[in-house]
Amino acid sequence: MSEEVLQQVTPGLIPGSGTARAAKPTRLSASFISWLQAGPMMLVFLAFFLIPLVFVVIVSFWDYNEYQLLPAFSGRGYTDTFEGCIAQLPDLCTIGKTYLMTLKLCFMVWAITLFVGFWVAYFLAFHVKSKTWQMGLSLLCTIPFWTSNVIRMIAWIPLLGRNGLVNSGLMKTGLINHPVEWLLFSEFSVVLALVHLFTFFMVVPIFNSMVRIDKSLIEAAYDAGATGFQTLVNVIIPLAKPGIVIGSIFVITIVMGDFITIGVMGGQQIAAAGKIIETRVNALQFPAAAANAVILLAITFLIITMMSRIVDIKKEL
Amino acid sequence: MKEGRPRSFYVLAIFFAAYVLFLYGPMIAIYVLSFQGPQGGLTFPMNGVSTFWIAKLFQGTGIVDLGAAFRRSLLLGIVVMIVTVVLSVAAGMAFRRKFKAQSILFYSAIASLIVPSIITSLGISLEFRIIDDLIKAHWNENFETSMGLLTSGLGAHLTWTLPFGLLIMFAIFNRFDPRLEEAARDLGATPWQTFRHVVLPIILPSVIGIGLFGFTLSWDELARSSQAIGAVNTLPLDLQGLTTTVTNPDIYALGTVISAVSFTVITLALGTIHVLNKRQAAKGSDAGKGLV
Repeated sequence: MSEEVLQQVTPGLIPGSGTARAAKPTRLSASFISWLQAGPMMLVFLAFFLIPLVFVVIVSFWDYNEYQLLPAFSGRGYTDTFEGCIAQLPDLCTIGKTYLMTLKLCFMVWAITLFVGFWVAYFLAFHVKSKTWQMGLSLLCTIPFWTSNVIRMIAWIPLLGRNGLVNSGLMKTGLINHPVEWLLFSEFSVVLALVHLFTFFMVVPIFNSMVRIDKSLIEAAYDAGATGFQTLVNVIIPLAKPGIVIGSIFVITIVMGDFITIGVMGGQQIAAAGKIIETRVNALQFPAAAANAVILLAITFLIITMMSRIVDIKKEL
Repeated sequence: MKEGRPRSFYVLAIFFAAYVLFLYGPMIAIYVLSFQGPQGGLTFPMNGVSTFWIAKLFQGTGIVDLGAAFRRSLLLGIVVMIVTVVLSVAAGMAFRRKFKAQSILFYSAIASLIVPSIITSLGISLEFRIIDDLIKAHWNENFETSMGLLTSGLGAHLTWTLPFGLLIMFAIFNRFDPRLEEAARDLGATPWQTFRHVVLPIILPSVIGIGLFGFTLSWDELARSSQAIGAVNTLPLDLQGLTTTVTNPDIYALGTVISAVSFTVITLALGTIHVLNKRQAAKGSDAGKGLV
């Protein structure tokens, strides 16, 4: 089954049973060479991703005191996290409020990046006809991705601050008398910065799906009398769906786990799922941090599973 | 024959232009502001033009020890770049045949890309703490830590760069014509010769692209470094630390210097890719042009 998926993700990658290949005897067996080639990368993922994830789960069930880990089974990481959740009903406890806030940010950023990303990708895929221009403009969208995220965050300070360009501009035109305070270090600036940083992750997969759409399908739709809007809804969006889902998964998982953008742009005042983990680590409460990481991982996984229900990724990738 | 462009073209072209302005506008603002005069503040208008703040950074009298963090980030970036290129090309080659554990590696890479960075970072930090504790308990009581730039730090960065490298390799071999290799084999080339003289020259521009991703993603990496880098800081971590305390254009100057390195690397890489593509077009074969 997984080979089928791969074959669909990367058509033509795995050439049939390679008739010419089999004819020539080699000294090293093919599977040994494959291991040699793929083994090092597998080892890196094993040592720095898979085993660490296992440790996160294990440590989440350990005990702790003020300054160290105590390797004995304990549910304290979790009970501390959910403290007051039942006692305070029907009010939300801290963790509940935090996740509600994170999901809210997530939804706003997702909706905006999807809208912007879709139309940017649409323009590049369908309106830019020359390959050179397509390459050039795609590159223009990619270059900021290769530069520092923190710099792209602090870049908003001279624009949105109390004495920033936006406020002084608005004051000059007489629209406002006092500087607007909610522009910086607020939910608004967090969403703005996240959209600024991560729309790229929406543009790339949607663009990839769109360029694969056979242009004659669109012509056929027009010939059959469809309006531009009908073509968009009935032809282009369904065919671009895999890209939309992949882009959405990227953006949602990034925002769910984000603590840097929310920290810097929220003036360290906005609580979020990723920030709880950071706070717990800084307080050296590793089991509590790990418990929060497990919860975050579970919720992220749940969202991805729900999204891949909408579109059967395995089939459409 | 040429039809006029539809109205939607102009609407979307304006939308696209606005997006590009949104992407670059704020960045350009801080590059300009880092050239504030000595009395200048954090916002416009400019209070004179000088290289005061950038010079201050290099004198080491500023807020961070720029030199040391700069060298650390550069070293780590270069190591990450080399390892990413080598491992991605090797694994990419492996994916052209079927092999056991193929799907495990594929899903590991995708998961590594998707699992929130803070979780990966926390996991690596826990792993190294536990290793440290084991060493202290069983071998050496005075052992400090195995965490560091080129151990846990390198590993953390690779979990971020390798998935990109692998996905780029998939894209390359999707377009690769396997008949070229068959031809080389028929002419008696060994597998290594086929790779060295046929495959590698063809894929080289994209391999440089992998290097570009490897270096720039590491150079700017923050979330995964945050818990896993050990006692020392990289440049982006220093920069992030400054965001809460700084009141003068130091921070913009530092941002400009970091970006200058990024843009130098991007220009070098794209320039090399361009030259290689041109050479391939001029001297290259007629491969893929259907002249069989």
